[in-house]
Amino acid sequence: MKTATADPATAGRPPRAGLLTRMKRSYDRHWYAWAMVLPVVLVIGVLIAYPLGRGVYLSFTDANELNVAKQLGATEIPATYQFVGFDNYWRVLSGADGEFYPKLAWTVVWTVSCVFFHYTIGLGLALLLNRKLKGRSLYRVLLILPWAVPAFVATYIWRMMYNSESGIFNALLGQLGFAPVDWLGDTFMQKVAVIGVNVWLGVPFMMVAVLGGLQSISSEQYEAAEMDGANAWQRFRHVTLPGLRPVSATVILLGTIWTFNMFPIIYLMLGEANALHSEILVTYAYRLAFGSVRDYAGAATYGILILSMLLVFAVFYRRMLNRQEAAR
Amino acid sequence: MSTVTEPRRSSVPTAGGTAGAGTRPRRVRGRDERSPLASVGLHAALIAASAVAVFPIVYMIFISLRGRDGWTKPTSAEGGLEITNYAYVLTETEFPRWFANSVLVAAGTTLVGVFVAASTGYAISRMRFPGHKSLMWVLLITQMFPVAVLIVALYNILGGLGLLDSYVGLILTYCSVSVPFCAWMMKGYFDTIPHEIDEAGRVDGLTPFGTFYRLILPLAKPGLAVTAFYSFLTAWGEVAFARAFLSSDSMLTLSVGLQSFIGQHKAEWGYLTACAVIITVPAGLVFLLVQRNLVAGLTAGGTKG
Repeated sequence: MKTATADPATAGRPPRAGLLTRMKRSYDRHWYAWAMVLPVVLVIGVLIAYPLGRGVYLSFTDANELNVAKQLGATEIPATYQFVGFDNYWRVLSGADGEFYPKLAWTVVWTVSCVFFHYTIGLGLALLLNRKLKGRSLYRVLLILPWAVPAFVATYIWRMMYNSESGIFNALLGQLGFAPVDWLGDTFMQKVAVIGVNVWLGVPFMMVAVLGGLQSISSEQYEAAEMDGANAWQRFRHVTLPGLRPVSATVILLGTIWTFNMFPIIYLMLGEANALHSEILVTYAYRLAFGSVRDYAGAATYGILILSMLLVFAVFYRRMLNRQEAAR
Repeated sequence: MSTVTEPRRSSVPTAGGTAGAGTRPRRVRGRDERSPLASVGLHAALIAASAVAVFPIVYMIFISLRGRDGWTKPTSAEGGLEITNYAYVLTETEFPRWFANSVLVAAGTTLVGVFVAASTGYAISRMRFPGHKSLMWVLLITQMFPVAVLIVALYNILGGLGLLDSYVGLILTYCSVSVPFCAWMMKGYFDTIPHEIDEAGRVDGLTPFGTFYRLILPLAKPGLAVTAFYSFLTAWGEVAFARAFLSSDSMLTLSVGLQSFIGQHKAEWGYLTACAVIITVPAGLVFLLVQRNLVAGLTAGGTKG
């Protein structure tokens, strides 16, 4: 009875108990919570933390298909790869392997342009849909449809449409009197093509998220702005955009991370042989790991570099948001 | 007074200032009134955007009904529509098998994922336990994991456990992908359920588990639907892990199996589109059913970044 009413946290600070007692008390109070998060902690621990640790380790070795431990029939061949320190990182970052910086540049272009189009088009459509108009729910459903298509299916459909001989795009261009475009062969058009697919696929998510954000902005704020004589643009600038800030911050951060790591579109769109110039870092690392000679160490190095870049980005992004928040 | 209400949107004068200059300034938002011209523009923009959104899907259905080689004449409809592609992929290929594999893996991921994500989301939302802040962070950070970091090590682990080329291995892998984000979404959803309900449950003598299962979970159905759907889609459309971990023909999932229709020399787009329609249409219908909840779930998760 007494313990139920006197919560140790609220009842003033009791004299500091010993470590063991505190742990015991903490356990008594929180074991429910810990039991509930245990499965996730296990999943993360076993399937993410351990492989991550292993990945870090591999990136410091020269492991590849030829020297890892393997089972040949009944005999077990032990691993013969060696610890090589920062060698892999040095080769990649100094540009000695020749692939990192070009692919990084393209990955950044890819991410920035995709997220930019996702967000601006999504915002535009959400603003249109947020008005009273006839057929609003029909538009909404039609505009959301691409989201319902699995990425690999979408990629195949677009690949068919981009086909240089029998694709619909070139057929239409032909009927309009233009020369056909080698969508998936030409290095530049490849990039346009994959960005197009990703934008088509990703806009609905942004639109829906922004729409939710718009609906959470109270109409009083608009009324107040109008009372102050704000015109449409000023209302958008000073009411809508700040009101969307929490949603925007989250979806842009997530969108950036997702796009940076977007695997299926580029991998499936261009096939394995055709993609050499339009690979992003993730697909390149994947090809290292499961390509002709499996370079496990190289793939791990790229993986760790990608992860570090995203972490740094996320930290700076959060910090920037916080600073803006403080400045307002 | 009236000058304040007048300059609403666009340079086009509003149709006769319907708000009435003499009435009180309290009225529907100016954004709801617009000139006929603006209306036309609005609808034109939305129709154009909808056309872009829908066209590839309609085109996919069209090609799938055009026979085996119909795709080579993309703009003609001569010869009419037929369902031979569907008959072929359903009876002559491994497609039904891949479909079953995908359903099994996706359903498994959904079951495990939702259960785990819901309990975690609840704990993070309601219980201020030591470590809850860092767990939130970990969940967000795991979103950043590129397949490339984990895939080699996961490959080794699953190989060591004998789980390569198996359903269980794939389900576990997909859970590691979907659970963090789902837990995050569920946390956002639970945040919107009033704490008083928990307190009422506790007063009535329920344990935290009891409160969670009997009171909160039923209230969180929309959120659960969203997470279920999200994990289903994650597993349904995943490519990289499936390609790396599955090797035998009978185990392939759709995302890997479909590749075999696009050979080096001749692509069977007729068959592929038929498969694509069969894959997309049921998932699309479910998607449209849950999308309203999806909106609520996503924004609930989103606003509490």
